[in-house]
Amino acid sequence: MNKIPSALNLGIRRGGLEIRQFARQRESVVFTLLFPVILLAIFGSVFKDTIAPGVTFSQYFVAGMIASGLVNTGFQSLAITIPMERDVGGLKRLRGTPMPASSYFIGKAILIAVSMIIQITLLFGFGLIFFGVEMPTEPSKWLTFTWLVLLGSACATALGIAFSIVPKSGRGASAVVSPIVIILQFFSGVFFVFTQLPTWMQQLAAIFPLKWLTQGMRSVFLPDSFAAQEVAKSWETGRTFLILVLWLVIGVFFSVRKFKWDRD
Amino acid sequence: MNVIEVKGLKKSYGQVHAVRGVDLSIPAGEIFALLGPNGAGKTTTVEILEGFRSRDAGQISILGFDPQTQGHAARKWRDRIGIVLQSAADAGDLTVIETVEHFSGYYSKPRNVDEVIAAVGLEDKTGALIRNLSGGQRRRLDVALGIIGSPELLFLDEPTTGFDPEARRVFWALIEQLRGDGTTILLTTHYLDEAEALADRVAVINKGLIVEVSTPTELGGRATSKALVSWRDGSQVKTEESDNPTSVIARLTTQFEGEIPELAVTRPSLEDIYLKMIGGVDE
Repeated sequence: MNKIPSALNLGIRRGGLEIRQFARQRESVVFTLLFPVILLAIFGSVFKDTIAPGVTFSQYFVAGMIASGLVNTGFQSLAITIPMERDVGGLKRLRGTPMPASSYFIGKAILIAVSMIIQITLLFGFGLIFFGVEMPTEPSKWLTFTWLVLLGSACATALGIAFSIVPKSGRGASAVVSPIVIILQFFSGVFFVFTQLPTWMQQLAAIFPLKWLTQGMRSVFLPDSFAAQEVAKSWETGRTFLILVLWLVIGVFFSVRKFKWDRD
Repeated sequence: MNVIEVKGLKKSYGQVHAVRGVDLSIPAGEIFALLGPNGAGKTTTVEILEGFRSRDAGQISILGFDPQTQGHAARKWRDRIGIVLQSAADAGDLTVIETVEHFSGYYSKPRNVDEVIAAVGLEDKTGALIRNLSGGQRRRLDVALGIIGSPELLFLDEPTTGFDPEARRVFWALIEQLRGDGTTILLTTHYLDEAEALADRVAVINKGLIVEVSTPTELGGRATSKALVSWRDGSQVKTEESDNPTSVIARLTTQFEGEIPELAVTRPSLEDIYLKMIGGVDE
């Protein structure tokens, strides 16, 4: 008697399929992967000042772009594409098969992780060549970078899947999700220096994970001397970790408990 | 043991009683058609059996499982059933063979991918992107995905909607082939001729209740119902209902001394019977 394939095994297969489908949508591939690079090009060309001794705005912005890339690629794309898949009956069909929900989620997580790696590579390359962005040299910073990307990616995936229950239809999803993401980016210090924002904006942003991801990325890409200029006068690495884990748990909880396979 | 056993199934949406006490028993290997107008409770019933909807009351056993089973047991159950839904238009960027191959990986004992593609008549389209398939070809792909796991029980929801007559014949032949493999099939359809061609038994559901379960030839007393003899007498078309149409014709033969003008003998079609049963309303 043959056994049903394991959830992890199917999840990996789904990941491969998701990547293949994504890669065939040429417009969205180019747009999704190059969007942070385009933004860096615009902001890097407009703001040529240094925001602190030895810290260019481009350097500050790269940190913000990686963080918000996680939100765009993970949260935003899933919260929009999953309702579209639901609209055309694709999710209902999957639910009728022995493939478990966890495999579907793993597949999405793999897709997001792979596109994040490509996006970051492009951003690094472009930043190094055209905007003199400096890469950290200490191994400890790369360690922080790695767990931030992994945890941030997982968090964005889980929250994107969880939020996919909110839009009623695929057509309306973008209108619901995009403004949230854009406002969050402004509030979280992606486009502006966070400490220059009004206090209420800072406090509101501190509830959501993007602010912490962005701050975490600054701890990687900015000199440690800059930490004194943060709101808490430190990078708050431990707190960042805890808040991201908390949001990951919230995202997974709602994804598992509330995921909608069908329109009604 | 019956593959499908339903007793006293009920489901309401607020004040609307969609299903008001449905009983069904379907033995292994049978092709069973569920007929009914829109809003009769057909879709609700089938979706409850498929595990897509919860129920308010009643007992259900599908291959010995309750469709509300969760977790690993649910996976083992779904491994043995196949579902062809009304429409799915996803995965347009994948090819036919990629999709069928991927779905075959979900099951413990999948059919051969190439054989399934050939069985639904898509062997010339294996490398085509799904978004470039015609409506009928897409529908055949839906069926391929429904049978790839070699299900013991197959749910077919309006399988031939949008097919041209020839494609429907080809599809019917495929269903006959599945019957030969011993697959139990629950078919819902709007096409009475389809039910007549395929089903061993049909059930008519109306206003949330099963009106009758019978063979297509006996439904609504069809086999024993009176024949209608019609002919032309001068400028008038005359009709006569009779249990013995032959004697009517013999009488007419003497009356007309030979050929009877425009003679026709008809028995009610399945459609006539069906429309009568659901009160002549099929919105």
